[in-house]
Amino acid sequence: MSDNRLSVFKTYKLYVGGKFPRSESGRVYEVTAKKSATGEAGTGKWLANAPQSSRKDARDAVVAARKAFGGWSGATAYNRGQVLYRVAEMLEGRKEQFVREVADAEGLSKSKAAAVVDAAIDRWVWYAGWTDKIGQVVGGANPVAGPFFNLSTPEPTGVVTVLAPQESSFLGLVSVIAPVIATGNTAVVVASADSPLPALSLGEVLATSDLPGGVVNILSGNTAEIAAPLASHQDVNAIDLTGADAALAKELEIAAADNLKRVVRPQPVDGGSVDWTADPGTHRLTAFLETKTVWHPTGALGASGSSY
Amino acid sequence: MPTTAPAFSDATASDSALRRFLHGLPGVDAVGLEARAASLGTRSIKTTAKAYAIDLAISMIDLTTLEGADTPGKVRALAAKAVHPDPTDRTTPRTAAVCVYPDMAATAVAALAGSGVKVASVATAFPAGRAALDVKLADVRDAVAAGADEIDMVIDRGAFLSGRYLKVYEEILAVKAECARADGPDARLKVIFETGELSTYDNIRRASWLGMLAGADFIKTSTGKVATNATPANTLLMLEAVRDFRAQTGVQIGVKPAGGIRTSKDAVKFLVLVNETAGEDWLDNHWFRFGASSLLNDLLMQRQKLSTGRYSGPDYVTVD
Repeated sequence: MSDNRLSVFKTYKLYVGGKFPRSESGRVYEVTAKKSATGEAGTGKWLANAPQSSRKDARDAVVAARKAFGGWSGATAYNRGQVLYRVAEMLEGRKEQFVREVADAEGLSKSKAAAVVDAAIDRWVWYAGWTDKIGQVVGGANPVAGPFFNLSTPEPTGVVTVLAPQESSFLGLVSVIAPVIATGNTAVVVASADSPLPALSLGEVLATSDLPGGVVNILSGNTAEIAAPLASHQDVNAIDLTGADAALAKELEIAAADNLKRVVRPQPVDGGSVDWTADPGTHRLTAFLETKTVWHPTGALGASGSSY
Repeated sequence: MPTTAPAFSDATASDSALRRFLHGLPGVDAVGLEARAASLGTRSIKTTAKAYAIDLAISMIDLTTLEGADTPGKVRALAAKAVHPDPTDRTTPRTAAVCVYPDMAATAVAALAGSGVKVASVATAFPAGRAALDVKLADVRDAVAAGADEIDMVIDRGAFLSGRYLKVYEEILAVKAECARADGPDARLKVIFETGELSTYDNIRRASWLGMLAGADFIKTSTGKVATNATPANTLLMLEAVRDFRAQTGVQIGVKPAGGIRTSKDAVKFLVLVNETAGEDWLDNHWFRFGASSLLNDLLMQRQKLSTGRYSGPDYVTVD
């Protein structure tokens, strides 16, 4: 019986504004498996057709991200942590699917792919824990030479474009998305061009995880084509160039200068690949935060002699 | 201009004659109308045509603020925006008019003096229109005395829906008479049908003809205060009415969709409807208007995108 069964292929779609649209352009491109860890992309078997996003898809994603920003940045840090933890729960439940997709995308054995997926879920939980702690680490009371309370608190930058790493299709992806949204930003994510399937499946997980629509928007396609309008977009506040090669990163950084976007350059800059399994530290959390400082007169040393 | 076109003078002779005339109008094919409006909405307008359409749409806007919380300051800010919609680009056309409540008309007239931007004032107990005729007429007189160039009146939907067409007709005539000015040009009269309350397309067609027979200078879809406002279908229907009216009487009448038009894409779709239905003669802000407020910001962002190549954002237009 199973021999006669027709294959049911999955149609991978974009994730924009909490919905799963096809590309506005109607284009798709073929995604193939990597044969081995050293194999070139595009040499393996056909996996699926992924949508090839256009600049209008990018524009729509920014509109969705901007719309979601007020609610997400206004949610309590505690609530954001709960939502992100819920995402990790959902990832855990669909682990087998991600193991298969990561194995195909990165040419890994099943056990190695499973280790990568475990690390990615742990990474997500780790960032979920940071939501209500980062404010205490990077903010606080400042000593000043005057009778003032002086308090600094970190606030999210806004809409962040994230060019996900090209090689690490899932652990790298999680490592760049989670810190952006943990601090209250909303994200427009450009998935790895050759291996977008784990990212598109992540969209399905996010859609069922209490994460408000538009907080994360995932686009697949040619990185340079999608990134160019995002880098010059006046309503994008920051861009993470991790998935751009040196030449593209330079071009995008120039385009991003027009509205003074916050730019994170790919690390390391010499083109070597990043070790995504290493302890990430907090620099990706702090990269997309702005510091708000308030001065408040204490009155204690004021002329009135008041005691408070 | 005669208040009633001579060709139809017998149609308005009595209530029963008017009813016979309005009910004798051909019925509207609702499915066909909506399909036609939808198919005209699929035209692809790009590059230079898009730039032309955006500038034309900006020049057709009646920039509107009709809130209980309106202040003279807000009206002056809106007037400044009407004159220079995009202060960073002085090639941006001015809007057609600023639309306010009658008590704000004088403020708007003072703020717009010499700019060429008209002042439109809603009147006749807008938006419900549920007041005695003399109250409505006093409302109109106030606005005209304050210097409004255009009066947006609402019809008595209750009378219309209960079939008292002559009452509606005579009310429009009375308001039209109040729009006259001894010392200058008459105020142009826009007649609002509130299409969302008329229930059927047949009623919208009848209301359009009733308004035109009574001497409206413009027919306008809605107040913007109810759930259903301007739609491509009801605007298409009204454009057909003004086209047919001119063909039969030689009198050209303007159309103003209002409410619910928020994006440039929507505005361009309406312009396609105008061009394909009424024709090029109506592609001018003397004959076609958009009643809108947030639409202008979207048009400005699209205009900035065309001129700079970069997508713009709400940080680069005014908050109003």
